[in-house]
Amino acid sequence: MNESLHLWLIPLLPFIGFVLNGLLGRRLPKTVVSAIALLAPLVSFVVVLWAATLMIPDASVGYGGYGAMPHIENYGTWITAGSFNVDLTFVLDQLSLIMLLVITGVGFLIHIYSVGYMHDDEGYWRYFAYLNLFLFFMTTLVLAGNALLMFVGWEGVGLASYLLIGFWFQKKSASDAGKKAFIVNRIGDFGFLIGLFLLIANFGTLSFSDLAQEIAANPAMTGGVLTAIALCLFIGATGKSAQLPLYVWLPDAMEGPTPVSALIHAATMVTAGVYMVARTHFIFDRSPLALSVVAIVGAATAFFAATIGLVQTDIKRVLAYSTVSQLGYMFLGCGVAAYSAAIFHLMTHAFFKALLFLAAGSVIHAMGGEQDMRKMGGLRTKTPITFWTMTMAVLAISGFPFMSAFFSKDAILAAAFASGSLGKILWFVGLVTAALTAFYMFRLWYLTFFGETRSHDAHPHESPWSMLGPLVVLAILSVGGGWIGTARFGAFLSPILGAKTEEMAGGLEYVMMAIAVAAGALGWFIAHRMYYQRSAAAQLAAPAPAGYNLLQNKYYVDEFYGFLIVKPLIAFSKYFLEWVVDFAILGGLAWLLAGIASFSGAVLQRWQSGNIRSYAAWLALGAALMLYFVLAPHVFGVPSLHLGMAGH
Amino acid sequence: MHLVSHEVPLVWYLLLSAVLFCLGVVGFLIKRNLITVFMSIELMLNAVNLSFVTFAHQWHEVKGQIFVFFVMVVAAAEAAVGLAIIIAVFRARSTLAVDRIDLMKL
Repeated sequence: MNESLHLWLIPLLPFIGFVLNGLLGRRLPKTVVSAIALLAPLVSFVVVLWAATLMIPDASVGYGGYGAMPHIENYGTWITAGSFNVDLTFVLDQLSLIMLLVITGVGFLIHIYSVGYMHDDEGYWRYFAYLNLFLFFMTTLVLAGNALLMFVGWEGVGLASYLLIGFWFQKKSASDAGKKAFIVNRIGDFGFLIGLFLLIANFGTLSFSDLAQEIAANPAMTGGVLTAIALCLFIGATGKSAQLPLYVWLPDAMEGPTPVSALIHAATMVTAGVYMVARTHFIFDRSPLALSVVAIVGAATAFFAATIGLVQTDIKRVLAYSTVSQLGYMFLGCGVAAYSAAIFHLMTHAFFKALLFLAAGSVIHAMGGEQDMRKMGGLRTKTPITFWTMTMAVLAISGFPFMSAFFSKDAILAAAFASGSLGKILWFVGLVTAALTAFYMFRLWYLTFFGETRSHDAHPHESPWSMLGPLVVLAILSVGGGWIGTARFGAFLSPILGAKTEEMAGGLEYVMMAIAVAAGALGWFIAHRMYYQRSAAAQLAAPAPAGYNLLQNKYYVDEFYGFLIVKPLIAFSKYFLEWVVDFAILGGLAWLLAGIASFSGAVLQRWQSGNIRSYAAWLALGAALMLYFVLAPHVFGVPSLHLGMAGH
Repeated sequence: MHLVSHEVPLVWYLLLSAVLFCLGVVGFLIKRNLITVFMSIELMLNAVNLSFVTFAHQWHEVKGQIFVFFVMVVAAAEAAVGLAIIIAVFRARSTLAVDRIDLMKL
């Protein structure tokens, strides 16, 4: 029997924070609210670190009596129905350990940042309660040992996301964005649920380890139902991780506070889909079709979102489309079965994208709430620390040599290149996307920090240290997060994700790296020419106005969905549901019942005259009639009316 | 032991009882004065008492007689309470016309 690591502490602490702040926060002073909110993720992080120090030194055989990974803790049975059984199980293995380190670590940093960023908000306590609630569900999602418990976390993070996107719910656009996120996610969750049902129907279990064993025991089992399951699960992933065609909610989710965008809509929650695909990779591995779909959707999303990101003027929207695009990379990695590369990119992305968002938040803070990059500029000298940390993140995401994403993106692209002819096409799409990524990131960088200040009523100032501290830590991670090395990272994850060691010829590998770096440099060069040397915001519009408009309007996807789904649904609701069902059928029935009641009331009320002698007359008449019916058979010998009296 | 049929036939008693009862009913229905209505009720009670006694005598059954005593006791109590109510009503409304006393409260 292995000793317990008390994994339950990891989700429970944020939950306690949520309950305390949620119930009492309104009456507590801000310092106490901050203390509760910060302690919860900090202690969770410490527990995760403690578990990591016990597990990592020798993951295969265990260390200090804790046994080898996966370390499974079962807290009892949750659901029993016939032979079907679901346990409350938490699993700590290499995969969930990395996710937990990212979630609680980056989560803690963002909590610190939020103390500075949300300081003057009247919903301070509510904000931290939601943020802790999010951590509770996210850690549950990651630790879950079966798909149903994962689904609970999955839905829960959706709830927290909804609450935080609509945090400033007095603003119509914010509450609309919250609803949009929730509803679009619902579509994906439907796919996820169907996938779960298919798993139950075909395997009778939802436990990841049981499923993996059962599939491993049947080498002949490929395609067919596994493809169906994999595709259903992937639909869930496209909703949560904002892939085509369900990505539309993520750009709108930027209505939420900026630290929320950093934590939930960049670093952690939106990567849940990638995590889920990696967690169930044994299903995807058996279905080449599903893998191809994942890879194509990932590459297409990466390219598609990057092109939209080229022309956005809202600093947070650029980052939102960038997130969609980078998530596409991760799915591209999953789709070519390079799961460890995808998780590697997930981790580095969590660092640099959280940093980008937090730095953007610092910029917005400096500009007094302005998010339009056309009104920024010249912030380099006014906010030096924000500038330098942001620079690190921009270099990282652009794949600058030896920054974190240089390693992870390269790993994904190399894996794509190595996987057949389709992979070569996807590799090329990914390469073009890398150039686009570098372009829009440097565009953002130049527009924000260089040139002259284009706003005259803003007085830029550097943010407080509670905000700058996390920026500095994340900058260090963004730079150095990739130095673990793809090979070592992959080896660490190989017990879970399988070893994919397709060693490329040494020369080719360096050529690939050089090409990827060249693509990034090209993007930087064009951005430099357009936005630094000529410094006009709408340079892109001049050569191709039609294309620019198409991108500016985000390919009219929202309008298309509005036309295809929302409008018909509203029309159906209005003309059929409201008028026919509600008004005619339900309303008609209600009116009919009311009419019967009031008509019979009108007739019967004549008896209620209030005249005592008329009551007495009816009484006498009734008694006489009763007497007649009782006596008539005897008197007249006719069995006239028995009044139900049998055996008369 | 003499039989009822030697003196007055059973049916005469019953007819008298029925006539008295009907008088009570009719009086109850057509009279407006509360006291008259009250007396009509007493008349109906006594008509029923008469038929009780008649049958008790006919069948040599003492239960009927006892029942009459019960009815008389209840009627006496009712008279006491009823008259008290009537006086209270009259004090409150200065009338005893039943048609005007229809509010179910004083």
